[in-house]
Amino acid sequence: MEYRILENIPLTDSVFRMVLEGDTSKITRPGQFVNVSVPGYFLRRPISVCDWDDTTLTLIYKVVGDGTEAMSRMQPGDEVDLLTGLGNGFDVTVEAKHPLVVGGGVGVPPLYRLTKELLKAGKRPTVMLGFNTVDEVFYAKEFDALGVGMIVVTSGYVTDRLPSGYDYVYACGPLPMLRALADRIGTAAGQFSFEERMGCGFGACMGCSCQTKSGDKRISKRICKEGPVFKTEEILWETCR
Amino acid sequence: MGNMSIDMRVVLSGWELDNPVIPASGVYGYGCEYLDYYDPNILGTFSFKGTTKEPRFGNSTPRIAECRAGMINSVGLQNPGVDKVVSEELPRLKTFFHKPVIANISGFSVEEYVYCAERLTHEKQVGILEVNVSCPNVHCGGMSFGVTPEGAAEVTRAVKAVATKPVYIKLSPNVTDIVAIARACEDAGADGICLINTLLGMRIDVKTRKPIVANTMGGFSGPAIFPVAVRMVYQVAQACKIPVMGCGGVETARDVIEMMMAGATAVQVGTANLTNPYACKEIIDHLPLEMQKLGITKLSEIIGVVK
Repeated sequence: MEYRILENIPLTDSVFRMVLEGDTSKITRPGQFVNVSVPGYFLRRPISVCDWDDTTLTLIYKVVGDGTEAMSRMQPGDEVDLLTGLGNGFDVTVEAKHPLVVGGGVGVPPLYRLTKELLKAGKRPTVMLGFNTVDEVFYAKEFDALGVGMIVVTSGYVTDRLPSGYDYVYACGPLPMLRALADRIGTAAGQFSFEERMGCGFGACMGCSCQTKSGDKRISKRICKEGPVFKTEEILWETCR
Repeated sequence: MGNMSIDMRVVLSGWELDNPVIPASGVYGYGCEYLDYYDPNILGTFSFKGTTKEPRFGNSTPRIAECRAGMINSVGLQNPGVDKVVSEELPRLKTFFHKPVIANISGFSVEEYVYCAERLTHEKQVGILEVNVSCPNVHCGGMSFGVTPEGAAEVTRAVKAVATKPVYIKLSPNVTDIVAIARACEDAGADGICLINTLLGMRIDVKTRKPIVANTMGGFSGPAIFPVAVRMVYQVAQACKIPVMGCGGVETARDVIEMMMAGATAVQVGTANLTNPYACKEIIDHLPLEMQKLGITKLSEIIGVVK
C-alpha cells in the first residue's frame, strides 16, 4: 500500500525519523513493524513502528547499508510502498505494575509507543535507554516528556545500571544486550524483541525461523510472524546467534 | 471486446486449471500466509512447501541474502514432516482452498521420496505430486539426485511405482545438460516436468569478510533468473512430449505469456510473492488485458508457439 512521506530528518549522524501519511488501520500493537520497499533494492527493509495515529506513522531507522542509505535520501512528498501491521508486537495487558523498559540503540524506537501504552494501561514504567556515545542519543527528550522515570546510559552497559523495584521487563536492542539483560533479571518475566534478516516479513518464506521452547518442547517460530516479540519463558538463548 | 471472450484455462495431465498461475513451492507455505492479502481460490492452484519424511527445522540463520534483481535463500527445507502435513496442514487447507493442490516432496534417499509419495498420493486434495530432485542423496556422497539422468530417473521410477496421481519432476538448473535429465525423467514415466529450481549462488559481506547466509551458499532466485528459466523451458519443451510447468523469475502477466510461448503449459511464480504478496493476484488480474493487447483469446493456444 502507498504512503506519502511527510518528513524524513536526521536525529543523529546515522539515525533518521520518517513520518508517513496513509492507512494505519492494520497497526494494532507497539513493537509491530512495517516492511518498506526501497526503489532500486530487491528486498523490503523491515523497520519497527515508533508511533502512529489514525493517519500517520513514525519510523525511526538507522542507516546500516545501501538500502537504508537510499531511504535516508527520500524526500517529503515521495510515495513509498509499505506492508504494515507485521509481527505480534508487545502485550501490555500482563500483570505488572512497575515494568522496566530497556532499549539499546536502534532498538529504542518501538519502546516509545510501548511506554505510552503502558502509561495508558495505568502502569508506572521506568525507561532505560542505552547508546554507545552521547552523540548517538535520540528521543531521550520525547520519552522524558511522557513523564516516566528515565535512565539514559551513554557509557558502559545498561545491565550495570539496572534499577530495582521492577516487576516485569520489556526490551528491544542488540542481541548481546538482550542476552546480558536476561542473565541479569534472572527469573523475572518479560518480553524481548528480536531481529533477523528477512525475505518476506509476513511469514511465507521461512527465512527468519528461530527455535523457541514451551516447557520441554521445542517449537519453531518465525521472527516476522509469531515474533518479533517473545516472552522470556519461550526464548531458547543457546540457539540465538 | 470484454473479458468474456478471454479463455485462461490450461490442462495439466487431465486437470483443468482456471488459469496457469501457480505460486511455487517454498513461497506459499501450506496456503495460510496469504489469506490476509487475497482469496487463494483465484489461483490456478499452488505448490505447497517442500515436504520431507521427517520434520526439519532447516538451516541456521541468516538464511536470506539480497542480490541485485533477486535473493539467495538457504532455508534448508524447513517443514513439519509429511505425517503432520497430512494430519494438520491438509485438513486446514481444505477449510479455505477448494481446488486440488500440488504436493511438493523431497527426500534424502529414494525411500524417503517413496514414503512421502505414498502418504500424499491418496489425499483427495492432492492433484499432482511434484518431486524436487535437487536434494542431496545421503547414500551418494551428498550429490543431488537431479544432477545426473540416472539419479533423476531412479527417483522418478520409484515415485511412479507408488503414485496414483500425476508425477511432475522439478529439475535443478545447476546441471550441464538439462535436456538429458528431462528426457531421462520422461523415459522413466514422469507425467510432466517443472523447471527451474534456484541457481546455486553466494554473497559475501565485504565488511566482515564472511558469507552472508550461514550455510555459505544458497539458491538464487528472482527476476534475474527469468531468461535462464525461459531458455531451459524452451529446450525441455522442444525435447519432451510431457507437459512443462515453467518457473523462475516470473513477475508479470507478460512474463507468464513469454514462459508459455517458450513451452510452459502452466507457470509458477516464486520470489515475486515474497516482495509483493499481491503478485499472483495482480498477474491474474492483468492477464486478460495483456492477452487482449497481444491478440490472444485462448491462452492455451500459445503454449510452445516458439519453435
